[in-house]
Amino acid sequence: MKPITRIHSRTAVLRDENIDTDRIIPARFLTTTTRAGLGKHAFQDWRYLPDGGDNPAFPLNQPEARGCAILVAGRNFGCGSSREHAPWALLDYGIQAVLCSEIADIFRSNALKNGLLTIVVAEAEHRWLLNHPGVELSIDVREQYVALPDGGRIHFQLEPFARHCLLNGVDQLGYLLQHAAAIDTYEQRNKMEQAA
Amino acid sequence: MSKKTLFEKIWAAHVVAAETADTPAILYVDLHLVHEVTSPQAFTELRERGLQLRRPDRMLATLDHSTPTLPAGADGERPYANAEAKAQVAQLESNCREFGVELHGWDSADRGIVHVIGPELGATQPGMTIVCGDSHTSTHGAFGALAFGIGTTEVGHVMASQCLLQRKPKTFAIHVDGQLPQGVGAKDLILHIIGHIGVDGGTGYVLEYRGDAISALSMDERMTVCNMSIEAGARAGLIAPDETTFAWLKGRPHAPQSAAWDTAVERWRALPSDPDAQYDREVHIDASQVQPTVTYGTHPGMAIAMNAPVPAATNAQERRAQDYMHSRPGQPMRGTPVDVVFVGSCTNSRLSDLREAAQILRGRRVADGVRMLVVPGSEAVRRDAEREGLHEVFVSAGAEWRVPGCSMCIAMNGDLAQPGQLVVSTSNRNFEGRQGKGARTVLASPATAAASAVAGHIADPRDYSQAHNAQEQAA
Repeated sequence: MKPITRIHSRTAVLRDENIDTDRIIPARFLTTTTRAGLGKHAFQDWRYLPDGGDNPAFPLNQPEARGCAILVAGRNFGCGSSREHAPWALLDYGIQAVLCSEIADIFRSNALKNGLLTIVVAEAEHRWLLNHPGVELSIDVREQYVALPDGGRIHFQLEPFARHCLLNGVDQLGYLLQHAAAIDTYEQRNKMEQAA
Repeated sequence: MSKKTLFEKIWAAHVVAAETADTPAILYVDLHLVHEVTSPQAFTELRERGLQLRRPDRMLATLDHSTPTLPAGADGERPYANAEAKAQVAQLESNCREFGVELHGWDSADRGIVHVIGPELGATQPGMTIVCGDSHTSTHGAFGALAFGIGTTEVGHVMASQCLLQRKPKTFAIHVDGQLPQGVGAKDLILHIIGHIGVDGGTGYVLEYRGDAISALSMDERMTVCNMSIEAGARAGLIAPDETTFAWLKGRPHAPQSAAWDTAVERWRALPSDPDAQYDREVHIDASQVQPTVTYGTHPGMAIAMNAPVPAATNAQERRAQDYMHSRPGQPMRGTPVDVVFVGSCTNSRLSDLREAAQILRGRRVADGVRMLVVPGSEAVRRDAEREGLHEVFVSAGAEWRVPGCSMCIAMNGDLAQPGQLVVSTSNRNFEGRQGKGARTVLASPATAAASAVAGHIADPRDYSQAHNAQEQAA
């Protein structure tokens, strides 16, 4: 994974609360056996009209939302299933960060492992961001703040290890495998306890 | 020594490396369940990196999500929804062969929904850590196992290292006091609980369901409750193991046998939370107040007693959800016309669920214009149900009796509802489009589903019970 230190973009806003993983990527697209190419199906049933054309009512189809890499979403974004296809689809679509007052656990964990930044902000700041689509933001991963156009800053906290991995492009599986000796010891100890 | 909860005991027993301010804990995984949808990319990564499975003996795989629930044709071809679904299943078959994983595939007498067969085989045991690339892994918490869903990257982590990087979650006790009323079951209870704490009420927590009403539940019912923990945002839900748990597990193929069984039970008896153990959050639910419960919106937290009026929408999201569902504030959900009824899924596809539905359908017919699908959770459930003649009850009522799989719960195998159709479903998610684009889902118990199939609209199962019939005949 390549290091991520800063994300700079205008915001696109999806105000709905509880946007679930079925809305992000409907289950019928989960028959894929690769990670690639899911962006064209992101928000499929919301984004397209039945004839396949763009749904003008879908906020991310608005001209000013095109190309935005920062998504501000209603509370509890990513609830539902554990499908990692949800962050894969968002990243492939061009989203690099999701800002929200609360993000579902499994989605957040999956997102961070793929370099999709999930940022939880306080409710008042969240409300402001929801009400100001298109605002130009700069996210500093190292210093953990979002810079606003007026010079103001919204501070946030990432889980320290996730932040370290994002900043340094750390491969988490590689990190785990460095602990092989400790895992061996655990298995040996457990075997003896179970037999005792 | 400090008092510990069930969760804390399991957690402590699986820490390979303790968490620090900078690094999460390395947590050992006892059982890794695998299915065709969330594993292919993980196997690919292993292959690309030249890695092996660390403990293939701790893995168990099956085919359930993409599989057709209609039998193979005369030519032996299974009616897959599309070529991708077929290829995905074939890929899991070849991955399991290549990496040496036990697969309960098409030729297995034990194939079924991953969360149904893990317990059936006795692979799910108290005190274990269990993961699967599937959010309903919380089901296995019914046995006092710490079980939760993971993404595909983490599936790869477990394959290669048998471990996960995890921050310790908080604990949340849900005390269910008293007794459920007659004709009200585990599904009504869990929908009631989620309606109470909210669709994100459990986010960041491991739930522990406690109290008299929980101890009184059968294992099937406990699985229904724990299954839906994720619908309140909690990755895992637990119920302390007890005599009901041990009696259910004893003699199952993967369970410890003879002397090892006694040792295991002794160990398991120490698992329940210590008296006066502290939780980060607690709520009390009065079981006697739970009624037959259904959903009226587009997430499982929008749940209400079917006879109670649907509340007025308080914000744009709720209005959107009610518009989508055509639910009317001030009116009860009972009486809403039904197009499709689905009995199945990892929430409600076990033998007792099918019995519950059959009891109402016996001697009755599915209403004209209603399509009803009954999909057993596993081949074992199918065999047991057919031995009892339940399939004949369903078929003579006009329902379709299918081959095991996830089916219309996730609707990725071709079993789906049409746009606008209303589905009364025993599954776990009523998200927009979950059961087919534009389909409207009402979550309910197997009894409510069966009663609604007969009535043609959402109906109270207590009006269709055997006791109620006897009463009517006497009157």
